[in-house]
Amino acid sequence: MARRAAFLAGAGAAALAAGLALAQAPGPAPEPHRTITSPESGRNYATPETLAIQDDDFQNPAFLWVEEGEQAWNHPAGSAGQSCASCHQDATASMRGVRARYPAYNAAKGRVVTLEQQVNICRTERMGAPELRIDSRELNAMTAFIGLQSRGMPMNVDISGPARPFFDRGEEFYNTRRGQLDMRCGSCHEDNYGRSLRADLLSQGMSNGFPTYRLKEQRVISLQFRLQGCVNDVRGEPPAMGSEEFTNLEFYLAWRAQGLPVETPSVRR
Amino acid sequence: MMQATTLGRRGALAAAAGLVGLSLLPKPAAAQMEPATAAAIRKIIGERTPEEGRVQLRLPPIAENGNTVPLTVTVESPMTAADHVKAVHVFADKNPTPDVATFRFSPAMGRAQADTRIRLGQTQDVIAVAEMSDGKLYISRAEVKVTIGGCGG
Amino acid sequence: MAAPIGQPRVRLPAQIKAGEVIEIRTLISHIMETGQRRNQEGQIIPRDIIKSFTCTFEGQPVFSMDLHPAISANPYIAFPFKAERAGNLEMVWTNDAGEQRKLTQAVRLAE
Repeated sequence: MARRAAFLAGAGAAALAAGLALAQAPGPAPEPHRTITSPESGRNYATPETLAIQDDDFQNPAFLWVEEGEQAWNHPAGSAGQSCASCHQDATASMRGVRARYPAYNAAKGRVVTLEQQVNICRTERMGAPELRIDSRELNAMTAFIGLQSRGMPMNVDISGPARPFFDRGEEFYNTRRGQLDMRCGSCHEDNYGRSLRADLLSQGMSNGFPTYRLKEQRVISLQFRLQGCVNDVRGEPPAMGSEEFTNLEFYLAWRAQGLPVETPSVRR
Repeated sequence: MMQATTLGRRGALAAAAGLVGLSLLPKPAAAQMEPATAAAIRKIIGERTPEEGRVQLRLPPIAENGNTVPLTVTVESPMTAADHVKAVHVFADKNPTPDVATFRFSPAMGRAQADTRIRLGQTQDVIAVAEMSDGKLYISRAEVKVTIGGCGG
Repeated sequence: MAAPIGQPRVRLPAQIKAGEVIEIRTLISHIMETGQRRNQEGQIIPRDIIKSFTCTFEGQPVFSMDLHPAISANPYIAFPFKAERAGNLEMVWTNDAGEQRKLTQAVRLAE
């Protein structure tokens, strides 16, 4: 008995020493804390009428955008005379899983980029085409089309290695109180999901359905357009769409939704 | 009412006439209808009196967002050349303008139904008036609560 | 300048039996500007909507709809059709400026 306790104590000391060594030398960052351990999709917070529109690919108006995105995929744009398909061929094969792992660290850029930004990198650097404005109809059509190819696949972003500092900044943004209402993102989406804010049922704020057809806007919207709305709602000054702040936040949000199936293009109120 | 102030005396008279006309509509379908809605209905059916029934509105009792509210209208009818629905007119009582849609039907449809999605500016009644091939008119109404969300963004 | 009218989507069931009442579903991309909104300078944005939809079968009227600004953007319209024989459905969407989108859809009957 005594011998065993002594052995355990020894093991503990060894682990402690190892931990101290880790803290001093550069090594893998600690696993981040997950406030919501079993995330729920926004569809769990939608009415049956809204879900009926999402669950029928014909009724879902976002498929008007998907079809435009598919046409653009195969259509050459820019001075290089290339289309997306010139490099990536059949999107149903080449884009499968892409939405699930974005935003992602781009080594050449030395930062995390969103799917929208990656499309624009392709356009400017490969196709000789101008950037598409974030949240423009053309760009939302393209990301809806690309996103659809991952529908049903679990969200799976990689926050390790060089991506980690961007993740940490996104987490910090998430947890920073802002606006005249002095609220953090989690004030609604962690502390109060399942409760009503006036007539709106607060969701967990999961991003797995974006881009989404929003009933209010009656169009497909990008995640960062919605994020601007959230910051406005707490009477804050939202960062620009495509800004570093929102890109890092989008990266953190994707990790929060880790494991949830991609629902792009979803329908939300 | 707004009509009376913007249209002047003649408008006020017309609105009043609309209100009088309301008494011809069966209750509860005629209950508490805005003058503009009554006038819009009169414009289509004149002084004829619709009966309750046969036309059905299917709408969510609570709309998640008033900009996109799914609507289905059905009418009980054999839809034969001799006996069919000619048209269904849909109105939103408290929208800025009450007209929503007119569906024109034919026996070639086999069944009297139409589906679309509508905008409702606030909690209100949606009203459907069906015109049958024998000249009969039917009316029904359904209330939709339009929620004011906390998430304006 | 009128807002663009997108390519319509129309769907019929994959298999249609003679005499069957099928559902025809349509969706078209359009902003359905009500004429009641204001732009950032405070000016009214002029009304610009799809104002009518018609469907005929071999030239005979089947179904039509007058649309008002209370119809949501990207109008969804569905209605039944009794498929007695094979032939062509023609559908036409018309905006306030009189511009049209037409689509012809063949009805084929299963043996």
